[in-house]
Amino acid sequence: MSHWAEEWVRKSVGIFSFFRTSPPQRSADQAKERLQVLLALERNSSNAPSFLPQLQDDILKVIAKYVQVDNEKVLIEVERGPDVSMLDINIELPATMEAKRTKAPARRRLAGAAAAT
Amino acid sequence: MATVIVVTSGKGGVGKTTTAATFGTGLALQGFKTAVVDFDVGLRNLDLIMGCERRVVFDFIDVINGNARLNQALIKDKRVDGLYVLPTSQTRDKDALDRAGVAKVIGELKADFDYVVCDSPAGIEQGAQSALYYADEAIIVTNPEVSSVRDSDRMVGLLASKSKRAEEGESPIKQHLLITRYDTDRVKRGEMLKVDDVLEMLALPLLGVIPESKSVLQASNTGTPVILEDKSVAGEAYRDAVARFMGEQIEYRFASEKKGLMNRLGFGRLWRRGA
Repeated sequence: MSHWAEEWVRKSVGIFSFFRTSPPQRSADQAKERLQVLLALERNSSNAPSFLPQLQDDILKVIAKYVQVDNEKVLIEVERGPDVSMLDINIELPATMEAKRTKAPARRRLAGAAAAT
Repeated sequence: MATVIVVTSGKGGVGKTTTAATFGTGLALQGFKTAVVDFDVGLRNLDLIMGCERRVVFDFIDVINGNARLNQALIKDKRVDGLYVLPTSQTRDKDALDRAGVAKVIGELKADFDYVVCDSPAGIEQGAQSALYYADEAIIVTNPEVSSVRDSDRMVGLLASKSKRAEEGESPIKQHLLITRYDTDRVKRGEMLKVDDVLEMLALPLLGVIPESKSVLQASNTGTPVILEDKSVAGEAYRDAVARFMGEQIEYRFASEKKGLMNRLGFGRLWRRGA
């Protein structure tokens, strides 16, 4: 494209954008948006008690004795309020719950131990 | 008993050493006996920015190890009364900053000075943690840029949890935000985060806004803290920041764009579109 044509296109784009109601998103706005999301996430995770991963692990082990659950379907979060904090444990179980046969001996042993005490 | 101020940021290259040198000089200009201490062991640069690199004989680590007395290592500034630099070692590493040794030196400095300004290394490892551990106040240096803001947010958390004040349950470190390399033209064009955006995200009291200025590099070329340059806008902005630190109420004159004729007449929007 020749120089004058380029110039013409640039100028007309300028004229059209003048009338456009919503200007293109400016990069500073994107920076702010991205940061806000990121900081909110990072502040939450850095404030969480350090035992959460271990707790998640232990809970998974207990549940795995009874039903097959997907690791990804277990969510453990702490919500902090000004007066009280809440430990939120969310476990999504499969639609058809089936006791795990392989774990049956373990269950019996548990039952036995419970009866003995 | 001195107030210990740490100049920190997490991210490197945002202007910590420039700020420590300049702010320390500003405090001394106000008549306070001030020591600026370099915690960046192995990457010594404060001496260079303060223009005393050829006068270093003993350093911070020599004092910690008992190889030199504190007053042998302190370098008295030749331009400003009551201003001293404690350089660090260029050959050792951050492990040389053991907590007891740092406590001893900071304790001695506190007894003899009004302000001790600690120039923190970048990062969040031992060097940075030693620099912030004994702090009473903190200046968090932030550029209006995503990675710098994120790192500053991380530092805010560390200052609240990893300091001596936090460990001993005293009142927390008083934190101040200093935005550096601010370019009002780029902000106007939507290419750079606004002061208000950064404040909204970091929620810290604003100590100052230092405009992007060629004089900062020129001052470092000659080893002159930029606050000593008469005609520098960055120097003026640092003077404002020191005055605010002293409790004065000062307008943030470098945070807003210069108002031209078109803006004042209400044609600013039109003017920007056409430009």
